[in-house]
Order: sequence, then structure tokens, then C-alpha cells
Amino acid sequence: MDILSINGISKSYGDHQALKDIHLNIPKNSIFGLLGPNGAGKTTLIRIITNIIMPDAGEIIFNGKPLEPDHIRAMGYLPEERGLYKKMKVAEQLVYLARLKGMSKSDAVRIIKEWFEKLDISSWYHKNVEDLSKGMQQKVQFIATVMHKPQLIILDEPFSGFDPVNANLIKDEILQLRAEGTTIIFSTHRMESVEELCDHICLIHDATTILNGPKNDIRNQFRSNTFIIEHRGNLDVLSNGYTCLSSTEVDQVFRSEIQIPIQENLNDLLRSLADKVEIVSANEKIPSINDIFISQVTNSDNG
Amino acid sequence: MGKIGLIIAREYLSRVRKKSFIIMTLLGPLLFAGIAIVPTWLATRESTDQKIIWVLDESSYFDGKMEDSGSIKFEMILKSLEVAKSELINNQDVSLLYIPKIDINTKAEISFYSFNNPGFSLEKTLSGKIRNELENIKLINSGIEKEQLEQLKASVEFNTYNLSNKGVENESSSEASSAVGYISAFLIYFFIFFYGAQIMRGVIEEKTSKVIEVIISSVKPFQLMMGKIIGVGAVGLTQFLLWTALSTGIISVGSTILLKDVEPDKIESMVQDQPMKTPVKSDTGNVIFDALKKVNFSLVVGCFVFYFLGGYLLYGALFAAVGSAVDSDADSQQFMLPITIPLIFSMVIIAAILKEPHGSLAVWTSIIPFTAPVVMMMRIPFDVPAWQIAVSMLSVIGGFLATTWFAGRIYRIGIFMHGTKVNYKVLAKWFMMKI
Repeated sequence: MDILSINGISKSYGDHQALKDIHLNIPKNSIFGLLGPNGAGKTTLIRIITNIIMPDAGEIIFNGKPLEPDHIRAMGYLPEERGLYKKMKVAEQLVYLARLKGMSKSDAVRIIKEWFEKLDISSWYHKNVEDLSKGMQQKVQFIATVMHKPQLIILDEPFSGFDPVNANLIKDEILQLRAEGTTIIFSTHRMESVEELCDHICLIHDATTILNGPKNDIRNQFRSNTFIIEHRGNLDVLSNGYTCLSSTEVDQVFRSEIQIPIQENLNDLLRSLADKVEIVSANEKIPSINDIFISQVTNSDNG
Repeated sequence: MGKIGLIIAREYLSRVRKKSFIIMTLLGPLLFAGIAIVPTWLATRESTDQKIIWVLDESSYFDGKMEDSGSIKFEMILKSLEVAKSELINNQDVSLLYIPKIDINTKAEISFYSFNNPGFSLEKTLSGKIRNELENIKLINSGIEKEQLEQLKASVEFNTYNLSNKGVENESSSEASSAVGYISAFLIYFFIFFYGAQIMRGVIEEKTSKVIEVIISSVKPFQLMMGKIIGVGAVGLTQFLLWTALSTGIISVGSTILLKDVEPDKIESMVQDQPMKTPVKSDTGNVIFDALKKVNFSLVVGCFVFYFLGGYLLYGALFAAVGSAVDSDADSQQFMLPITIPLIFSMVIIAAILKEPHGSLAVWTSIIPFTAPVVMMMRIPFDVPAWQIAVSMLSVIGGFLATTWFAGRIYRIGIFMHGTKVNYKVLAKWFMMKI
């Protein structure tokens, strides 16, 4: 079951086409990584989902129904460029934002207090926003995004401005929210967090989707039957059809990347090597999301 | 409470609670009251110091004619000028008025000796007193009786009446109308500028702090813009009402405390600064009140409220649009020009409007929505025909709808734009853009 279906969305600003016929399905209860270089159209797509701007063509289905303004209450959006009213007190500001999302004042106060305890920031309750550090403000903004218990949370670069300790704290909260049934759309440039958190990814480049699907499927799609072999003894001659992509030596242990033909597997490679060198370890080289991202973006730029 | 209600409440409370608002609200009336009371108080306070003037009258025309008036006390002396002058050294507070033997048909040369400069007002009082007395003597010498003289003095009271079709004559007073019109028009002008700038600054603050990006996922840009305009307007209205109430309070309390020892007559003569008054003098206060009574107050107050709010709303959206288009206060100058020109223009033509409150310039500028709030308010005390008021009000309402629609289209794009170089061509593009 998909919480959100994006069917053929296009959008242009004057001469500039920001999105071209985008099709995406975001499964319920997943962490969906929305990737793409700067200016690819991610923010435009997010603004269309959150009903801030209207698409030129296409439609969005939210929970089986065409998207309408009332659905926005069931979403939480943490924009990349974000801020707070500097002169307002932290709690007062959160109550205001919660009430704009349709919560009652008493519910808002109760939930905000819960979150303050959870993130261990109860002492900030009556502080002015301008007295908080950037990282502290990020925490307040995270609460503002999730306090109304949205079904769909859209986080644009949620970890920017956090130190590693607090980034971990927020990461745990994100996983906890998913465990409670929330769907999360996650837009970022930090590939290690995509690798770690996302179930699905989608790569947007130049207004179109160039990759889309479950993270592991995409990784498999980019496997090149390459293995990393650590061995003692120099490897001079390789069997037919095998190519050594690179080889480095540290302390008499060689580390070689060897690509083998598609019909063969690791067993075949080991068998052929066993006679020639002493094998220390063998691993398949699985492409990282970062590699895929870079290769796809540069490929599509060159093509 | 709807979303606009929440936004209005936040805009209102966050401003009203600011220290600067409280200080402005308290200082404003003190300043107004100061301007109203202090000069009067200072003027009357001076008069409690008795001024003694020795009169050495060699002409004997003024025997018993120099009556004490206000703070001035005359003492007739019979000494030679030299002796009198030398005695002044021991009585430095006293001044000496020397009237030599006068040939009544030639120019009279009067001398005044004192250690302190007598001041313009005293000089005028004395020379006026002497001239008057000499004129009387000359008239009597030429054979005219005192009674005849009184009869010869002309007394004119100028009353103006406005005729209406119903045949009712309304007494009118152009001085009072001008004053009421001018003050109301100026207040509207000030209010639009001061609180319009506050809207603009509020929008810029939301933009630069990026809080707009967070808010806009919950509310429509138009709701946010209207909420801000109404919220800031409510702050202005609150401040205005507090100023009025506090000023009235301070002026009435202040004047009873500071001016309690002063006879009303004295205040009047100080205010009028015309010591030689005709017998009408004591009525002056009532004349002012009568004149004010001739102004149709319920109409003036009603129109004031309408143009006060109408003008503010008409311009408010434009200020919001300017705020959305720029990244800082300093960049706003280029877009402020088209907003300020009609406002300043309406203040500039006020003299012309006062001269001819029903001329074609006055009629047209009070119908054009951008100048109407200031100009029409200027004209209201001069009995403007009802149809013109109706057309002007409709035009202001229409203008408000038009500027708000126009500004809203720029605002909804502008709030997302950072660091772009904006000119009028870009604004036009935003205006045409669909979102």
C-alpha cells in the first residue's frame, strides 16, 4: 500500500522546466530517500507534495485520494532552509506552529512537553529562540515537524547543523517514528545516512527520475561482478576473461579488484586463483549509493 | 480560531508585548502633552513675577492713565531723570519709563531704561499703551467726544453659513474645519507610513530568518499576508487609542496642576498675545468652541475611522509586497518610491485643497483611491456632497481589493526568493507566474 503516488507531475517556471513527468510511489511505513544534485527539482517536488505550489500537469494521490489542502495536516515538513521567530519563546512558538496545524492549545502544550522531556531540553521551555545555538534550534524545528503526529514526514537535510551525538539522537527518533507507522521522505546529500536509513531511493536529475526503487534492488542492478581479493604473492597471469582493475600492496599483502565474466561466480574465481597465490580474503565489491549517485549523474550529463 | 485568527493574534501580541511598544505608548502622550501644556505654563509662570515700572511723566498726559495690567505695576514718580536713573542702580529689578514733554503733533520720543532687556512683548505693550493714549488725546483735542469716539470704532463679526437644498442654514467656520481636517489627514498619513513600514519589516524578518519556509507548509501565503496586515493594523489602532486616552488624561491633569494658580483670563491673554484687546476679548474661548461645534462631528469621526483603516489596508498590502521582494530594509528603497509618491503628493496639495475645498483638484484627488484617504479627510469638515463621499469610499474599497490582489500575487512568489536581483521586470514576471 502506497501512502503517496505521484503520477506524471510536471512543473515549469517560465522557460525553466523544474520537473518533467515524474512518477513515484512511496510505500507506507518506509523511509524513502529523495536524492539528486542541487537544482535537480527536489524542493519543487516537495513543495508540490505539501501543496505549497500547484503542478502544471499530473496528480498526487494521498492515501488513495487525490491530494487536497486538508491532507496537509497529516504531513510534517522540515524544509532545508528553515528558521524560527527569533523574538518568541521556544514553547510559545511551538504552540503557535502546532495550532496552525490544527491542534488544540492544550494538546499542543502536552505533546510539546513530552517531546522536551524525550530530547532532554525541558530547561529551554521559556527561553527566547535567539538565545539558542543553531543545533538547539534544529531540535526545536524537528519537534515542530513531528509534534502533530503526521502520517507522512518530509525531512530536507535533517542532520545539517547537528553534532554527531545529536545527529544520532535524531536518527533514533526517525527510526522510532517509522516503527510507529510513520512514512518518511528523506532528502539529503549525505549518502552514508541514505545507506543506513533508507528502504527506497529515488534519484532525480535534470527534472527527471533516473533511478527509482528499493535500495537493495538498485544496488544489485549496479553490481559488476567485481571482487576484492586480498592475497600474498604476486598475481602475474589471470585466466581468460578476467580483468584486474587495480592492485595495491601493503606489507606484502596485495589487494586486487578483479572483474569476472557475468556467467561465472566467486567460486570460479577462487578456483582459478587458488593455484597461483595464497588467498587471505575475498569479498564482492557492492557499489555504494554514493558511487551510483556520482556515476549516474555524470553519465547522464555526458550522455 | 481560524488560521488567519491565529496569525493576527501572534502578530498583535508579539508587537504589543515589546518594550519599544510600551515605551512609545507611554512617551508619546507625554510628548503631546508637553507640546500642549509646557508653552502655556511657561508663559503664565513668567507673569507671576511682578514687574515694577517707574513712570517719569514730564508731559503730564499720562497722569492716572497708566493702569496696572497683569504682572506690570506702574509707579508714578516725580524726580529728575538723572536722579531717577541713579536710583535704578539700587533697584535693579525696576525699570524706568521716561516720557518727556511732548509736542502732541510731532513724533513722540519715549525712553525706557532697565538693567534687563525688556523683551518684545513688554515693549509692544508699553508703546501700544502710550500710542493709544496719545491718539485719544488728539481725537479729543480735535473736538470729538468720547462717546462719539466709541461709536466710531467699528466692530465686525464675520459669520459664514452653508446653504443646503433643504433650506437649512448651517453655520460654518473655515478655521475650525481646516484644523480638524488637517489634523485628521495628517494622522492618516502618519499611520499609513509608520505601520506600513512595520508590515514591510515583518515580512522581511520572516524571509531572512527563513521561518516563512516552515509557516508556509501550514498556511497559504495570502492568509499569512492578510493576517500580518490586520495584526499590525490592530497594534496601530491600540497605540492610537491609548495615545488619545493618555494624552487627554495627562493634558487635563497636567493643566489643572500646573495652571491652577493662573486665572483663566491670564492664560487667554498669554495665548492670544494681544494685550490691547477690544471688549470682545472675554468671548474668545467661547468663539473657538462655537466654531468647533459647527463641524459635523459624527460625520468627521465616522469618515476618519473609515479612511484611517481604508487607507492603511489599501497601502498595507503594497508594503507587504515590497517586503517580500527584497532581502533587507536597505534594498526596499527602489520599490518604496511608487508607494510614497501618492502619499507625499496628497500632503503637498493640502494647501491647494484648503484654498479651494470643492475645486476640481480636490474632487478628483479625493476619488482616486491612492490620494483619497488623506485628501478626502481634509475636505470632510467642509461639507462634502454625500455622493462624492460615497464614490470616494467605494473607490477606496475597490482600491483596497485591487492592491491586495496585486500585492498577493507578488508576495506568494517573493517570499521564496533569496539573493535574486529583483527589478520591476522581475516583479512583473512574478505577477504573471502561476503557482
